[in-house]
Amino acid sequence: MAVVKMQQINICALRTKRKSIMEALQRRGVVEISPLEYDGGVFVKEETSQHRSLFMKNSASAARAYEIMCRYFPEKTSMLDMFKGRQPISADEYYKAVEKTKEIMRDASEVIALDKSLSDKKADIAKYEYQIEALVPWKNLDISMRFKGTDSTAAFIGTLPEELSYEQVLMLLAQQQPQLCPFELEIISSTREMTCIFAVCRAEYRDMLEDALKKIGYATPAVVSKYPPSQRIEQLNGRITNLNNEIVKTEEEIKKYEAQRDSFKFMEDYFIMRADKYEELEKLVNTKHTFFLKGYVSEKSAIQLKRYLAETFDAVVELSDIPNDREIPILLSNNKLAQPVESVLETYSMPKRFEFDPTGIMAFFYYIFFGMMFSDAGYGLVMSIACGIALLKFKNMEEGLKKSVKMFFFCGISTTFWGIMYGSFFGDAVTVIGKTFFNADWKFPALWFDPIQGTNSMTLLMFCFLFGIIHIFVGLGISGYMSIKNGRPLDAVYDVLSWYLLVGGGILALLSMDMLKSMTGFTLPPIFLTIGGICAAIGAVIIILFSGRGSKPVKRLLKGIYGVYGVTSYLSDILSYSRLLALGLATGVIAQVFNQIGSMAGGGVIGAILFTIVFLIGHTLNIGINALGAYVHTNRLQFVEFFGKFYEGGGEKFAPFKINTKHYNIKEDIKNG
Amino acid sequence: MDNLGIVFGLLGAALATFLAGTGSAIGVGKAGVAASGVLAEDPSKFGKVLIFQLLPATQGIYGLLVAFLILSKIGVLGGDPNISVVKGLLYLAASLPIAFAGLFSAIHQGNCSVAGIGTISKKPDQFGKAILLPAMVETYAILALLISMLAVFNIPGLNL
Repeated sequence: MAVVKMQQINICALRTKRKSIMEALQRRGVVEISPLEYDGGVFVKEETSQHRSLFMKNSASAARAYEIMCRYFPEKTSMLDMFKGRQPISADEYYKAVEKTKEIMRDASEVIALDKSLSDKKADIAKYEYQIEALVPWKNLDISMRFKGTDSTAAFIGTLPEELSYEQVLMLLAQQQPQLCPFELEIISSTREMTCIFAVCRAEYRDMLEDALKKIGYATPAVVSKYPPSQRIEQLNGRITNLNNEIVKTEEEIKKYEAQRDSFKFMEDYFIMRADKYEELEKLVNTKHTFFLKGYVSEKSAIQLKRYLAETFDAVVELSDIPNDREIPILLSNNKLAQPVESVLETYSMPKRFEFDPTGIMAFFYYIFFGMMFSDAGYGLVMSIACGIALLKFKNMEEGLKKSVKMFFFCGISTTFWGIMYGSFFGDAVTVIGKTFFNADWKFPALWFDPIQGTNSMTLLMFCFLFGIIHIFVGLGISGYMSIKNGRPLDAVYDVLSWYLLVGGGILALLSMDMLKSMTGFTLPPIFLTIGGICAAIGAVIIILFSGRGSKPVKRLLKGIYGVYGVTSYLSDILSYSRLLALGLATGVIAQVFNQIGSMAGGGVIGAILFTIVFLIGHTLNIGINALGAYVHTNRLQFVEFFGKFYEGGGEKFAPFKINTKHYNIKEDIKNG
Repeated sequence: MDNLGIVFGLLGAALATFLAGTGSAIGVGKAGVAASGVLAEDPSKFGKVLIFQLLPATQGIYGLLVAFLILSKIGVLGGDPNISVVKGLLYLAASLPIAFAGLFSAIHQGNCSVAGIGTISKKPDQFGKAILLPAMVETYAILALLISMLAVFNIPGLNL
């Protein structure tokens, strides 16, 4: 439950060993390399952007080749693949594959070239098909479409808009040009969009006829050839057949590379790794024969790493503590139960170096609140079992995902617990099934009470506020602890104890008034009114006097009075915990609604079928909606109500130099570990 | 006219479903439009944008919940349908918080979800923060649900 202590690591080694040291560091993934200041003189920094872009290009082409191969040899995928994580391979396998880099990359570019020719051919086919389509209306024309006439005649081959008959064309022409030269017209074909015509006249009338034709919308066709259209169509069809044969051949050729599919996948990763490595290389400084590296390493792995680097690579490794005034990258370490919630903390903000890591305490409340909101034993079991199976079955699950799955596993257990407390198992499924199908009075008894019954909801509301007060007070307590730890115990009195007195005293006083009796069902003896009042008054006085400390007297007093106004925010914070009740009730009642709808067809076979269908669909829906609600609102209670009291955050997450691949995870050999 | 009680009760149930449902439909619809836009660019974000789209869906469910509770208390789903006019009106009043808070919070939560979808389309790693902002709006629907539910639970016990 803490921020891990970091050490600075300085490595100095021979330049010939640089590659293997960097690779070892990358595989271990325990060092965050930070850029070394450039000193000039004998020290040189390396510019690697060119190399990097080359590697990224290689990685992209390997990825492309892999994608192409997947088109012909698809990998089996399923919904559950997201849990699988990257495939682990040993360092030996890794080096074996790396040796073949050249060969594999040659194959990759070959595959890409083949694929490119494939798409070119497909584009050609599409082009020819388009041409054929354009030529089909001209099929009955038995001369070339380029024909413009003979020495003494002028011919026009082209289209007119709309569907027109021979007579209609003549009429249109007559309308445009009553004294038209003699000509011969033939309708080649006519469709709704256009009419294809062939017209011929004497050469000297060429312009006149062309004019008239243009006026009625004559246009020359886009696709023409020197062969008559029907012959041309045949030619084109022949070409398409050839291309199709070639495509089959090319595809066969691509398929020959089947065995390389996974190698391409590997290469995609390999070049990403190299690019990453070169990016880190820029942070080092080099002399002619040596290089220096500075970085952060957790204290836990430091000694072992030092020994390993010194023994294997003859490197000089220096470990030193980091001065207190410097920020360090933050790595958290928590016990098994709390560790999954780290990712929730991370979505808010990482703590600073000497800040209190709230994960452990947060985890405790997180599981409780999630369970109260989801609050159904059946749903909790479903969630825990699903997460448990996923955890057992997919050992290579990515670290981040694994954390989330573990978190929901624990949330599921808490949900089951609260479901038993409230007597809710898929809502009132037990009772409904008993009543509908077996005519029996079954019950899933509540261990504590059923919040839907009678005034129980009011009692539970009080408990929700109680949990809220505890949660908020713990948050305040952490704030006080931090003040004391940082050597400012008076701050703890002014900012924490004062609020304990004011809020706590206020609540005591409220509880001893008659006003709230109808809600709580009890009142405290009047003495508590006095005690509570005095506490609250002391708290208020402290706040008025000290919350504006550091300002000038008048301003200080005004600030202090304004500080007391902060009590409203405590009130709204506490009321906010009513969502524990509201969402808990929502889960239970919606489940009951579905059970009731399911039982509407009564008993018997048909009733059972309907019930099963409604049960499955309805409860799946309810789980989805309410798990989402419980997750989001648990986060909210933590982030707003809890963190608001003490947490600052703003730390930088520890980002070690490691393998950031897509498909494979290279494991360091055990013999080296 | 002695049976007006159940009419008012049913009116309350109808209001809760219809107003809160309308709000959710508008909110989910808006978020869905934005989500499709993101999917066109990057289909791998489906899971994330779906969650954003679903956030404003809850108000409709809260409305349904209150409506269902009212229906079962006024005897529409079996039981005694003879309730007094006063109780009928009480049920109607009880439905109003979730009806109106549901309507407006769902619409505004939808707007907020649209903005959140925009956030994660550019910064997918900020999912946790982006999802919390629309959830803030939901608080008021939950408070309304709580009051509606507490009222519906406790009306039958009143001596009226």
